[in-house]
Amino acid sequence: MHDVKTEAALDSAWSGGKSPFAIGSKKLGMWLFIVSDTLTFSALLITYSYSRLTNPDWPRPFPIFPAIAFSTTMTVVLLASSLTMVMAVMAAQRNDRKKTVMWMVATMVGGLLFTGLHLTEWMNMIFKEHFTITGNPEGTPLFGAVFFGITGLHMTHVMIGVIYLGIVAVGYGRGKYSAEDVEVNGLYWHFVDLVWMFVFPLIYLMSVKY
Amino acid sequence: MNTQAHAEEAHAGASVGTNLAVWIGLVAITFLEVFLAYEQLQPTVMLTILVVLSLVKAGMIMSWFMHLKFEKFSLVLLLIPAMIFCICMMFIFFFPEAFRLLQMRPH
Repeated sequence: MHDVKTEAALDSAWSGGKSPFAIGSKKLGMWLFIVSDTLTFSALLITYSYSRLTNPDWPRPFPIFPAIAFSTTMTVVLLASSLTMVMAVMAAQRNDRKKTVMWMVATMVGGLLFTGLHLTEWMNMIFKEHFTITGNPEGTPLFGAVFFGITGLHMTHVMIGVIYLGIVAVGYGRGKYSAEDVEVNGLYWHFVDLVWMFVFPLIYLMSVKY
Repeated sequence: MNTQAHAEEAHAGASVGTNLAVWIGLVAITFLEVFLAYEQLQPTVMLTILVVLSLVKAGMIMSWFMHLKFEKFSLVLLLIPAMIFCICMMFIFFFPEAFRLLQMRPH
């Protein structure tokens, strides 16, 4: 027989045999991945800040119009795709498979639109303004490595997110995946959006050409 | 506990209206940031405001869209302090060197 205190301890979430965080292992796994990926992007953005401080001739290549207007549109598109993902997760929690797949497809369209706009911007910078990964006409060549490195890694995350969404949407529509899988996918998608909330001000808005 | 039970347990999220309000807030902050860029503020002032606004946006996304507000607080304690600690560790190496390099700039 245990006394009252021991009974309480054995009954706690930490006594074993239970999930102390009251979430599934997939969701916990995704959260741990998100923390590690946050640190990757933090390291890159801090490296960018450091490079920028050490180089007084850092280019400011983005005029308000068209460059900032264009990247603001990209930001709004990505934010809109986050809202459709929220709707998908809510539909999945109501077990509404049709609506879930519909909202997930809408999220994919948002992701593809973002990637398309981003690539258009890249093509314009590379071929019309001659900004490449190794040099540019306006200042330190480091700009290219930083700009294309950070926005490129973010774009890769968006593209992987679109593929991930496609796989989960098909699987969920066929009954292979549960609502939890949709929610875990949502976590990843919102994280990609969250990273852009730092990339957009630090890379674009801090480099406005007046 | 199986996954299904977990999935049902964790389903206390915000309503459509709340999520929509959070989203409108995020878009509004984005336009505020763009407006600040248009106003040509001092770079240090601009950077401080932008980082604070971005942290607010990150908090909004994590709390409502990523449901962290509705999870057990132990999960928040598992994820957030360790992450902030690691980022602060990166800044320990950033700051002294960054200020030294700033002073070494030709004026």
